[in-house]
Amino acid sequence: MTRTIALAGTPLELVERGQGRPLLFLHAGEGLAPERPWLDLLSRRYRVIAPCHPGYGNSPLIDGGGSVDDLAYLYLDLAAELGLDGAVLVGADLGGWIAAEMMVRSSARFSRLVLTAPLGIKLRGRDERDIADIHAMTPAEYLRLAWADARNGDVDYTALPDSELAAIVRGREAFALYGWKPYMHNPRLKRWLHRIDRPTLLLWGAADGIVTPFYGEGWRQEIAGARIDVIPDAGHFPHWEQPEEFVQRLSAFVDGRND
Amino acid sequence: MRVWYFSEMAYHPAWEEGLKRGSLRVVLPNANYDPEIGHRLLNRYLDEFRLCDEVGLDIMVNEHHSTSTCLTISVPMALAVIARETKRARLLSLGNPIANRPDPVRVAEEMAWLDVLSGGRLEMGLVKGAPYEIAPANSNPANLMRRYWEAHDLILKAMSTTDGPFSWEGEFFHYRNVNIWPRPYQQPTPPVWMTGLSPETGRMAAERGHVVGTLLSLSAAGPMFDAYRKRAQELGWTAGPDRFAYAAVVGVGTTREEGLRRANLAADYVRTSVVVAEAFTNPPGYNSLAANIAMLKSGGKRGGFVRDRHGNPVDQRTATIEQLLESGTCFAGTPDDVYNQIKALSDSVGGFGNLLMFGQGGFLDHADTVANITLFAKEVLPRLRELSPESKKTAAVAAQ
Repeated sequence: MTRTIALAGTPLELVERGQGRPLLFLHAGEGLAPERPWLDLLSRRYRVIAPCHPGYGNSPLIDGGGSVDDLAYLYLDLAAELGLDGAVLVGADLGGWIAAEMMVRSSARFSRLVLTAPLGIKLRGRDERDIADIHAMTPAEYLRLAWADARNGDVDYTALPDSELAAIVRGREAFALYGWKPYMHNPRLKRWLHRIDRPTLLLWGAADGIVTPFYGEGWRQEIAGARIDVIPDAGHFPHWEQPEEFVQRLSAFVDGRND
Repeated sequence: MRVWYFSEMAYHPAWEEGLKRGSLRVVLPNANYDPEIGHRLLNRYLDEFRLCDEVGLDIMVNEHHSTSTCLTISVPMALAVIARETKRARLLSLGNPIANRPDPVRVAEEMAWLDVLSGGRLEMGLVKGAPYEIAPANSNPANLMRRYWEAHDLILKAMSTTDGPFSWEGEFFHYRNVNIWPRPYQQPTPPVWMTGLSPETGRMAAERGHVVGTLLSLSAAGPMFDAYRKRAQELGWTAGPDRFAYAAVVGVGTTREEGLRRANLAADYVRTSVVVAEAFTNPPGYNSLAANIAMLKSGGKRGGFVRDRHGNPVDQRTATIEQLLESGTCFAGTPDDVYNQIKALSDSVGGFGNLLMFGQGGFLDHADTVANITLFAKEVLPRLRELSPESKKTAAVAAQ
């Protein structure tokens, strides 16, 4: 089911599916794509709550602008509003960055953290790029870097209705708003990742050319007890390219230990 | 009509390599630039600006970054030189890309300083900038116009406030003590210009009484000027031709063939300006939602700013001089031809009082440029002045 709620004075569109342990899924910069299989697969095991970030879908930007900080506070408010307790927090790409920003502020409502190829931190020197510059490449180059099989990410835009195209365009604009400068990261975030005090799984696509498994290793080192799991035949969006494998590894982690 | 001579001060020796690589901007390494040739070209272009002052033309300067199409990276630097070398010409900065400038108060200071230096000859364009300027400036395109308007308001307040310091705590810019010295020569500020292609820009400019200019596109000029006049009327004043500017490539000769030849060479500016690596042509948020939807639906095809009289896009890279004449991008031929073309176009859009004359571009060499400037000033300019006599500042009411 999809509904729009008012939260912190801003409308927020939510997809909710399934029963059981709550799982808050924060989508990638590409958008939520609720018609794709991973939310359904997750909802067979969990009560999935998946908001459209402000600027995406039918969620307007917060005050016409906003930052990743705003999104982190918004979703902490959402967790409180829904009374989540012991929830699983999952974030992919941009969503992973937001999830980390939430957890360094408060992990109180969450029991597990799953970060799928998160953006958000700076690892190497000032003249070394950690995150591929998606705004400096052609669509073909982007597909090659972001997908294990470029065909999986290729969309025929000419076949889509205007309403979907509008959502895609607004989503791209929002993604730029949140991550243009500093490019897709918060220079101060890495400094505080030690505050993440919940079991954490980093899921990575072996063929990710946007943020490589090396970048994932940097995350792992900053979060106590975190482990990294690399999914073959997947690029930057393993939940999209290998949804079954993604859900299987996530649930093995989430359900494989006691809280 | 006032005529503002303009050259992008191109580094055309690198164009062949840029065309081969598919981008004259952003990603063309500056190994393709020879400092010695650049030194000679810059000085030559500045000589040509000085000539304009001697023959009665006004002067316009713009800036671009990371590009072989334009050596001017700072309007205030170029105008500082030109201000000292000229005595009479008005000096149009068109302009400062203020949404890409981290420090609007610095812009206000530089513009005020130029106005003082030139004895009040400055006209001040505050522009959005082209999409491929986003990457060199690394400014966020998703909130570009919010930043533009905040910078615009701050610059004008900094220039016109005489009882400062004042503080500014906005969405993008933060100062505790704004109090610029020197303040501008013209009070409260030099005339302000904007540029654009849309009726919305026309309305926004009308609400502030600014001059609005449009580039090389007849099909955009009409609707934008109409929107301006309508909005001014709603606000209780009548916008005269002095509020409107139209930019075109101009080639004039003693024979029609010579004028066409000069325009055709200068028009390489139009043909090369759109050759940019695809990634930098449409940063997210720069273009409107509707324009982006149309682009996706068409499979990613982009239209340039040149359109024919029916509004259909003309492929600028290969446009012939005939197509560019037809689209209102070029005025070319004998002095009579050029005068008639300008008058016809001006009449068709309700009258503009400012012609921005691309009188040099690309491979049009110094001798041809001098001849183009001189002949235009002697044979065409006096008739254009008569066509619309010294403009009244019709926006004086609006600006109050």
